[in-house]
Amino acid sequence: MTPLLAQADAASGAAEFWVFVIIGALALGSAISMVLMRNAVHAALMLVVNFFAIAVLYATLEAQFLAVTQIIVYAGAIVVLFLFVLMLLGVGGGQPFTERIRGQKTAAVLLGLALLAILLGTVTTPFLGEGAACNLPAEQRLAASGEVCEGLAEANAEGNVRGVGLLLFTDYVWPFEVMSVLLVIAALGAMVLGKRREDPAGLSDQPTPGVPAVPEDEGGTLPGEGPALADEPTEGGDAR
Amino acid sequence: MTLMVPAGWYLGLAAALFVIGLVGVLIRRNIIVMFMCIELMLNSVNLTLVTFSRIHGNLDGQVMSFFVITVAAAEVTVGLALIVNLFRLKASTDADDVDALRA
Repeated sequence: MTPLLAQADAASGAAEFWVFVIIGALALGSAISMVLMRNAVHAALMLVVNFFAIAVLYATLEAQFLAVTQIIVYAGAIVVLFLFVLMLLGVGGGQPFTERIRGQKTAAVLLGLALLAILLGTVTTPFLGEGAACNLPAEQRLAASGEVCEGLAEANAEGNVRGVGLLLFTDYVWPFEVMSVLLVIAALGAMVLGKRREDPAGLSDQPTPGVPAVPEDEGGTLPGEGPALADEPTEGGDAR
Repeated sequence: MTLMVPAGWYLGLAAALFVIGLVGVLIRRNIIVMFMCIELMLNSVNLTLVTFSRIHGNLDGQVMSFFVITVAAAEVTVGLALIVNLFRLKASTDADDVDALRA
């Protein structure tokens, strides 16, 4: 390896290091403050910061296609949907942090720390060695002991988007088609759930005070059909 | 001394994000914020998948992660519709108010 290339490798390692430290701290900080924010809208904004940080991490992990997808789908669509529902329901105001079960928060944090210790001990530790750094020069990586990181230089040789697209439409074409069916079903489900309908008797245990589920004059029937419906109540109920 | 990032650091960060999301689900009572915490957990799993994709030098992990993103989008659509319906019934987004099945 020429000295120039070795220098370039070291520089890219240092760049990745600083990007990881700064963006990783941003991701952790935004995640913690999302959990601690009293106002749900502020929590959603912290979630956007977190999604962007994870998108940057994808880019450093040589997953450029996923980085863009993350920004479009998560930061673009999902968070907007969250904010939309928050505005629709009008519950932006802070809610108290009171516990329903005594000691719930302490127990949750302790169990979380225990899980973190288990995850760090089992999943993370094998990959902390010298060889697990992904942009090592090839001969250093071969010489390193323990788990090594192969890096995506070969798989991404013709571009990340091309590689992912080839996999998606060859090996994974069946899951891909199933996924399209899933999306259609989800859209249909959201439409069915979002439809305003007359409250089926007795399904809700406490009718919403002051806010009728259906405006009075609508009544679930077309204008002028009211008396006819009163004669055949079961048919009208089924048709809805 | 060259600065390097071993792949384990990414895995550790993902584990920390997962645990933060889990603790959030356990301690928050607002259903929408709990839902956001679930999204955070899904994201941390995606980060793990992408890191392992890099470790093993093939793109299967990234494709898997792509599918997870798709399922998350579908889940958010249906879940938020459920939350809106629940709000119509209860006029609240507090998870503790949904106790119709409590003995």
